[in-house]
Amino acid sequence: MAEKKTIDARGSYCPGPLMELIAGIKLIEVGDELEVLSSDKGSANDIPEWVNKVGHEMVSSTEDQGVWHIVVRKAK
Amino acid sequence: MKILIVGGGMGGTILANNLSRRLKRELKSGKAKITMLSASDQHMYQPGLLYVALGRMAVDELYRDQASLLEPEIEFHVDPVEEFNLDGNQVKTKSGKTYDYDLIVIATGSRAVPESIPGLAENSINVYTEAAALEFYRTISEFKGGRVVIAVGVPHKCPMIPPELTFTLYDYFRDRGILDKVSFHYTYPIGRLHSLEPVSDWMQGEFAERGVTSETLFNMKEVDGANKVVLSEEDSEAKYDLLVAVPAHKGMEVLETNDLGAGGWIPVDRNRLNIEGHDNAFAIGDTTNIPISKAGSTAHYEAEALAENIASMIKIGAPVRDYDGKVFCFIEAGKDRATYAMFNYNKPPDPKPPTKSVHWFKMAYNQLYWATARGLL
Repeated sequence: MAEKKTIDARGSYCPGPLMELIAGIKLIEVGDELEVLSSDKGSANDIPEWVNKVGHEMVSSTEDQGVWHIVVRKAK
Repeated sequence: MKILIVGGGMGGTILANNLSRRLKRELKSGKAKITMLSASDQHMYQPGLLYVALGRMAVDELYRDQASLLEPEIEFHVDPVEEFNLDGNQVKTKSGKTYDYDLIVIATGSRAVPESIPGLAENSINVYTEAAALEFYRTISEFKGGRVVIAVGVPHKCPMIPPELTFTLYDYFRDRGILDKVSFHYTYPIGRLHSLEPVSDWMQGEFAERGVTSETLFNMKEVDGANKVVLSEEDSEAKYDLLVAVPAHKGMEVLETNDLGAGGWIPVDRNRLNIEGHDNAFAIGDTTNIPISKAGSTAHYEAEALAENIASMIKIGAPVRDYDGKVFCFIEAGKDRATYAMFNYNKPPDPKPPTKSVHWFKMAYNQLYWATARGLL
């Protein structure tokens, strides 16, 4: 059963949501999902850009009251 | 109230001293007791490693006897913890002793793990230990010229070290008179030059002036030492003659073996700093999983907030303040100019152009740090 973990990166200016995702994805198993919460609207672009470049999978990206919920599946 | 502090680095030491001052009366009457357990009898000023690596600070300037930094009421033992029993309010140490507590703070820091990338440890230099910093200086002092590549792992301690290494090495090679034989190529894991956007914008101009090339979205996968090339997760590569690494970090192994957090990072509440599921167990500094900078200043400000809260819990039965995510980082922009970035959970940084005066303040702070560790500054 694939697991889903969440990184609450709201208000994270440094290292920031994408860096938190890169660090967090090392700690989960292939097939597991990682949800990143970000208050930086730039995350909606830069996270999918990196995920696609590296070859992981974007599961979803939604915005709720200024917080982006971005879910990524580790593919390799 | 038996308070146990595990770790004698910046966070643990500032916390212990700050708390000791706040609890003078309780410590004297026996109502409170503070015990610190550390892996070493020495305290290292870790930011000084950059200057050791550049030949600008002697190794012995990095250290003080840990006991000499602590308030006399603090009981100090060099006896690292091997087993944590947070449900039973007990730890077991390397010497075999068991320590009971009413409240525990874990501040064991983080460590660079260059070995996590195949080929990185044996083919690169870094500034994260005394031995590594000395090897760094030996290597750069013998470097005759070629392509210097800066490569950055995630997560890493001190978010300003990638630009600082680039700018200070540039000045170092200029002073050695070999700058015409050296080129710089800077890589970074995300889609800009630094995680802080204003710092990234500033670096772009500085890089253009110096002719530093760059590649972003570059995460190290492997180093091929025979062919002197770094391969990235993003399927690109960077040829180097000298590979300067900012290796990825992990928390301490003992935290992983005790199942306190993946990667050795302990999940804590971002404001109260208590370990998830526990009201009497806390973590500060690099040890936590809070998504902010792993930096000495983070540990410093967390320690101050937590000391105030622990003292108030003892005195009035409740905490009185939240940690607001405050971080302050100097940024060395070369050998004689610096700036700084200050931010918290709600306020982004607004770094100013580098000046000589900020650089000299940083030089002064390298000495003033010992007052910070004592909880005085």
